[in-house]
Amino acid sequence: MSDATLVFISLVILFLPLAGFTIVIHLGKKFPKLYLFEVGLQLVVLLLTIVVAVVKLATPESVIISEFHWFSLGDVPLVGNMVVDLGIKIDNITVLMMIVVNLISFLVHLFSVEYMKGDKRYTRYFAYLGIFTFSMLGIVLTHNLLMMYIFWELVGLSSYLLIGFWFEKDSAADAGKKAFLVNRVGDIGMFLGILILFTQYHTFTFDTIYAQIAAGNLPFESTAWLTAAGILIFMGAVGKSAQFPLHVWLPDAMEGPTPVSALIHAATMVAAGVYLSVRIFAMLTADAMLVIAIFGAFTSFVAATIALTQNDIKKVLAYSTVSQLGYMVMSVGIGAYAFAFFHLVTHAFFKACLFLGSGSVINSMHHEQDIRNMGGLRKKMPITYLAFLISTLAISGIPLTSGFLSKDGLLAGSIAFGSLTGHWLIPIIGFTVAAMTAFYMFRLVIITFHGKPRNQDKYDHAHESPRVMTLPLIILSALSIFIWYTPNPIAAADGWFLQDWVKTPASVVPQEVRFDFMKTDAAHETNAEEPGNEIVHSEMYTEAMHHAHYPAMFLSLALGGLGILFAFMLYQWKKIDPDKLAEKLKPLYKFSLNKWYVDELYHATVIAGTLAWSGLLSWFDGNVIDGIVNGTATVTRFFSRISNWFDTFVVDGIVNLSALISGFVGLTLRRLQTGKVQSYILFVVFSVLIIVLIFQPF
Amino acid sequence: MGLYDIIFYLFALVTVSSAVVVVSAKNIIYSAFSLLFTLFGVAGMYVLLGSDFIAIVQLMVYVGGILILLIFGVMLTNKVTNVEIKSGSIQLLPALIGVVVLAVLLIMLMTNTNWHIQPGVIPQTTTKELGKLLLTDYVLVFELLGILLLIALVGAASIARREE
Amino acid sequence: MLQVGLQHFLIVSSILFALGIYGIVTRKNAIMVLMGIELMLNSANINFVAFARYGNFGLHGQIYALFVIILAAAEAAIALAIVLNLYKTFAKINVDEVNNLKE
Repeated sequence: MSDATLVFISLVILFLPLAGFTIVIHLGKKFPKLYLFEVGLQLVVLLLTIVVAVVKLATPESVIISEFHWFSLGDVPLVGNMVVDLGIKIDNITVLMMIVVNLISFLVHLFSVEYMKGDKRYTRYFAYLGIFTFSMLGIVLTHNLLMMYIFWELVGLSSYLLIGFWFEKDSAADAGKKAFLVNRVGDIGMFLGILILFTQYHTFTFDTIYAQIAAGNLPFESTAWLTAAGILIFMGAVGKSAQFPLHVWLPDAMEGPTPVSALIHAATMVAAGVYLSVRIFAMLTADAMLVIAIFGAFTSFVAATIALTQNDIKKVLAYSTVSQLGYMVMSVGIGAYAFAFFHLVTHAFFKACLFLGSGSVINSMHHEQDIRNMGGLRKKMPITYLAFLISTLAISGIPLTSGFLSKDGLLAGSIAFGSLTGHWLIPIIGFTVAAMTAFYMFRLVIITFHGKPRNQDKYDHAHESPRVMTLPLIILSALSIFIWYTPNPIAAADGWFLQDWVKTPASVVPQEVRFDFMKTDAAHETNAEEPGNEIVHSEMYTEAMHHAHYPAMFLSLALGGLGILFAFMLYQWKKIDPDKLAEKLKPLYKFSLNKWYVDELYHATVIAGTLAWSGLLSWFDGNVIDGIVNGTATVTRFFSRISNWFDTFVVDGIVNLSALISGFVGLTLRRLQTGKVQSYILFVVFSVLIIVLIFQPF
Repeated sequence: MGLYDIIFYLFALVTVSSAVVVVSAKNIIYSAFSLLFTLFGVAGMYVLLGSDFIAIVQLMVYVGGILILLIFGVMLTNKVTNVEIKSGSIQLLPALIGVVVLAVLLIMLMTNTNWHIQPGVIPQTTTKELGKLLLTDYVLVFELLGILLLIALVGAASIARREE
Repeated sequence: MLQVGLQHFLIVSSILFALGIYGIVTRKNAIMVLMGIELMLNSANINFVAFARYGNFGLHGQIYALFVIILAAAEAAIALAIVLNLYKTFAKINVDEVNNLKE
């Protein structure tokens, strides 16, 4: 299959969901059965994606770029020639991401058919899913920052629409607005970063920009600006991927329908931030990477501590998502590029599974979300339980699961990073979070599915979900097994996923602003100039990771096991009373339960500040500006009075006087106009006399 | 001051005085008859000026035609039973002033102008010469006037005809 | 001065002309207005004939006088027809009362 065909199919994949959205949103009211059309469309898209992926991954080295000239700003004075190209880039991570997006999208479509049944805006829901899929595919396929930004905002829009899908509920409407506004904060940074790059390079295309940076052309001739651009673009990822301190929208976004949470707020859209970081990885300087790593690590820690104490099943999952996203971001920051993307993919599957599982539980419990009212569901919903358990094992990093592979590599990377740069705090946080993750996930599983039912009434009515809902769960939990990614269940590095498909791209930033371990030595320098040679990590990093692999594995296993054990002690065997523990650690417990008081902090600072500032401005407006305006008005009125008087007496007087004179003259002259011919003749006589007298002919 | 002059003054007196009566008489019949004398006076002056044919035409056309027509008009338009033949005047004073000034001006004009007088030979009878001129130099005008008179005749009949 | 010359005729014609205008302007009756017009035509005719006599124009002046008389006849016929029509329409022939031009 030629590249052109591949590009064509990719474009079809991109635009089919948009077509679905357009058709369903317009005709959905008339033909309620159109949701089936949307689901079928998504299935077609998925099949096409698999075709593209198979073809593309057969030649892992190739990169297909198709672009066209959109418009040119011409030769802008002081700046130079500015050209805007649009285009798509199909490389390995693109097709992998496309599979993730379309597969989960399709499964969520399927799941929603049952889950959303009876909703009064049933078809509209599917239309929204369509536009989300379109936007997300746009992000994945784009080869330039401008399109990235456009689709970035489009996913923000679809996210907003779907969070606020049940907008009759105030909390849902508020959550939608919150998500939208918080994302704006990050997007401003991203926009500024893009502008820095565009100002310097006059193009939005990734590859062109990287080529320029590699050629030593830096924004404003300074590495500081390059760092700034990297961090600013990363700010977009902070917003979209819910990194601290902009993570507050994601837990609230759980107000949306649960399948949406699975698709958008767990698997795909929030991963877009990580995807963006991966895309700009090549231009990140050491400082920028360190900032990213710290952000990621801190976020994962904060979110994990909060997840420990939450009682809403979706909130726990939401914070675990934030925590895992922090992992990925950290992974980008420490240079474990491949593992960042790997974790993105594996996490997408098992987290989607977890969310859909929770959706299944919520559905059968008649929209009960508080885990304190659940319990013992294992017997009632065996398939859901099993899928949920496999995913939980994956997220906890238990061997034989995909999560184990990616998380392990990631933690090994952090140890390598710590050993090479001395930033040991990052691996420490990483391992702490791993332990906490295992704990809170098993806490969730135990409270929800094990033990005795706490709410007998709801328990009695609970039932296993229909097949259309369990099928996605089964598929997703199956994808949480190692076998899809590597034949070796304890090390992913040898598998096809990392060996063949995902390779760390060459860093293009100047040598002096790279981490030591990313510097290319003289021997590699020559190699690196050969086209297609993408090996950049010096042996140092690979070596360090290799060394760290087994310690990391054992440590994470031990910590994970400890966490699980602790969870069982607390909730299954009740050796320790969790309430007493909470009582003992009351300040910490409260701190975690209240989510680090971040929302309250925002209320106290940003929101209160905004309100105070608005109040001040309002006062200023009301008193100073209005005063000026009113004063002006008074002066104007005064002058108007004078003008009015002048008008009435002087101008009108003149006008009336002239009218009077005219009238008088008219009245006088009117007499002459008798209508009698004889009078006219007399006038003629007099006129002749006058003329004769004037000319005095004698 | 010869006989010629006396006759002229006589005719002038008749002409002017009867003309004054024409424009000032209350009774329209008086005016009409005064006009008869005026026309006679003018005809006399034509004779004095050696234009015998014009004088004859003046008498025939004016006195015999136009004046009769005018009197017929008077008769037709005034009710004979309650004789309302008297006719009023309007804007007497301004007209008087204007006309007097005009007359004075005209007279001054006539007297003060240095006329280039070059009397030619007056033929004994002008009829033959006029006839020649009318059928030679002025034949076109002559014909046109004939047509004009015809049109006037038809037009007058058409206008005056009582419309149904 | 008493010797009659061109100017005497002209003076008579001037007076006739002025009187004609006077008649036209002052008299109410349409027929009287017509008479004023006749006076003016006559005054003009006197001028023609007088200039023909005292200028070396041959008989051309007299020809014009002749034409004027003919025109006067035509004019009188038409004017009287109009007067009759006027009388039929308004039942009056006083010119000052027929002032439709005013409106």
